[in-house]
Amino acid sequence: MESIPIEHGLILAAILFSIGLIGVLTRRNIVFVLMSLEIMLNASGLAFIVAASRWGHAEGQIMFLMILTLAAAEVAVGLGLIIQMFRRYKTVDINELSEMKG
Amino acid sequence: MLDLIWLLPTYPLLGFLALVLTSGRLPKKIVGIIGAGSVGLSFLTAAIIATQFLAGGEDYFVKEVWAWMAVGSFTPGFSFYLDGLSLVMMLVITGVGFLIHLYATGYMADDPSFSRFFSYMNLFVAAMLMLVLGDNLVLLYLGWEGVGLCSYLLIGFWYTNPANGYAARKAFIVTRVGDTSMAIGLFLLFAQLGTLNIQDVLHAAEAEWAVGSGLAIAAALLLLGGAVGKSAQLPLQTWLPDAMAGPTPISALIHAATMVTAGVYLIARTHILFEIAPSVQLLVAWIGLITVLMAGFIALTQSDIKRILAFSTMSQIGYMFLALGVGAWSAAIFHLMTHAFFKALLFLASGTVILSVHHEQNIFKMGGLRKKLPVSFASFLIGSLALTAFPFTSGYFSKDEILLAALEMDGPGTILWVGGVLGAFLTGIYTFRLFFIVFFGENKGHVPENEVGGIHMNGPLFLLMILSLVGGFIAIPVESVFSHGEVHEEHHVSTLIHGFMIAVPLIGIVISYLFFYAKIFSIEKLMSIPISQTLHRFWFSGWGMDWLYDRLIVFPFLWLSKINKADLIDSFYAFIVKFARASNAMIVRTQTGYIRWYALSIAAGLVVLISIGVLL
Repeated sequence: MESIPIEHGLILAAILFSIGLIGVLTRRNIVFVLMSLEIMLNASGLAFIVAASRWGHAEGQIMFLMILTLAAAEVAVGLGLIIQMFRRYKTVDINELSEMKG
Repeated sequence: MLDLIWLLPTYPLLGFLALVLTSGRLPKKIVGIIGAGSVGLSFLTAAIIATQFLAGGEDYFVKEVWAWMAVGSFTPGFSFYLDGLSLVMMLVITGVGFLIHLYATGYMADDPSFSRFFSYMNLFVAAMLMLVLGDNLVLLYLGWEGVGLCSYLLIGFWYTNPANGYAARKAFIVTRVGDTSMAIGLFLLFAQLGTLNIQDVLHAAEAEWAVGSGLAIAAALLLLGGAVGKSAQLPLQTWLPDAMAGPTPISALIHAATMVTAGVYLIARTHILFEIAPSVQLLVAWIGLITVLMAGFIALTQSDIKRILAFSTMSQIGYMFLALGVGAWSAAIFHLMTHAFFKALLFLASGTVILSVHHEQNIFKMGGLRKKLPVSFASFLIGSLALTAFPFTSGYFSKDEILLAALEMDGPGTILWVGGVLGAFLTGIYTFRLFFIVFFGENKGHVPENEVGGIHMNGPLFLLMILSLVGGFIAIPVESVFSHGEVHEEHHVSTLIHGFMIAVPLIGIVISYLFFYAKIFSIEKLMSIPISQTLHRFWFSGWGMDWLYDRLIVFPFLWLSKINKADLIDSFYAFIVKFARASNAMIVRTQTGYIRWYALSIAAGLVVLISIGVLL
């Protein structure tokens, strides 16, 4: 089986990461911001997997598992925060929450 | 039992803590019991310790309670030194102090800040005991500053009147000048002799410094600076008359009986240092004499009952300085003790008078109070007699010893004696001027209904009357302290001179009698002469000393502070503050509150960092 060249994998990871970052920076709905964050996390996970398969090491896969658990935990906390935010401010627009300015 | 000497300052200190921590929530009765009781306990302990010490026959006793601090060879401890001198001082402080506390429970009974008053009084007694019992100069200095603080707090006790606050600040600042000089003196002693233990300092100074050497003179002068500040002697005397703004028991305790004599104690305690600096010792005598005369003339003209007593206090401390200056150490301490008795008596009696005439202090608005205020009358009579050294009252013995010691001194002794006798003459006039104006003649304005009093106010007066009468027969056990070079007690003077010395104050009394009681001489006629008017104005203003100090120090200082209103040095610090504020205002703008903005900054920062890493 012909392996996928490492460059392709990394480019895909970079594209995914950029999409996620742009999503974080441009979306105002906090649910979408959270989803974009997930995309960024998965992009980095993909980069680990690609690199691990290139050098034949197991650490990359272990890192991916860690990122997976991290993402699950982060989603749990993030969704909790979103629910609180919606209850309190009746909005999911993060620009509404800018009281903490200097 | 001697080991328990540390209890002496501890009782009043505990009293102070108890009163301060409850901050006026205790009922007045309990406050009185704590306030006066703690000093009473101290007096009992002091009496027991004194009998044991005298029975033991030792020259001195040292008790180290704990080490205070240890920095290299500088190891002052909380240790107490008991000898004849500190014995007399501690008995006077606790004994007279207790009587005054007792009196104050009546005098201050209607004051809303009753508890605050007693907490300060207790702190004062604790500090004063620390001052006289400390075996090193650091502990002495702690007490010295402690009594200064209490004096400040109590002069300004009725702080709602700005004038009282002004008087308190004046007292604090003027004595601070002396205290600073004394602190420098301590630094000098430590730098030169490597110790601040009083006995070690004295022995080392005697061994290392030649008589009249520069260092000895400098050290003695600096300590003298502290003493004149505390004891209201020339040139730092201006604070004492203003200090009368405090409640009268304070004037009796702090500004007559105990604190103002701290300077006398200091010089007596370090007398060896003054003996190896004879020129400074002579200066002490001159300062004393000039203060005696200056204060005497001022007292002739004053109209406020407490100010007259304040100037007489200054004058009597002047006598103590005179005694110190001629080397009659024990006579100085003797006069300190008798003065504490009769001046406390006079002040407390004046307190009763002032309360009875509803806080009037001008003697020309009193008059004829003899019948209405019998206890004050008796107190004033006995106190005034003792003050003018009427034969066989307490003041007679002590003043007599001082003047005889001055007469026996070689060199300027005769001049000092003449000055001292003139001072005694003035004392006779001004004391009985006050006495005749207040208690005889017609009443001019304030008719008291009845005398304020009660057992706790009159009891101390009676005890002090007895002490003022027979205090001269108390033998103070200070021979062992001053055995070193004391002018000897055996005075050989002709009966003529002795008779003259007895007669002079009596002549003063008679003159006062002729002027103010019999009215054979008229004060109005005397005042119609222009020169006497000028003199009166001059003396009334205290020889213009306040005026002089205003011109010399206060006005230049105010002028300097005025032209330097935008403080030069301060502007540097102001710049630092402004810079910090400006940077803050700049950086605060990045704090927008938009989470996406933060995320962008993080991402941009990351990009910058990575590109730097890649490029380099």
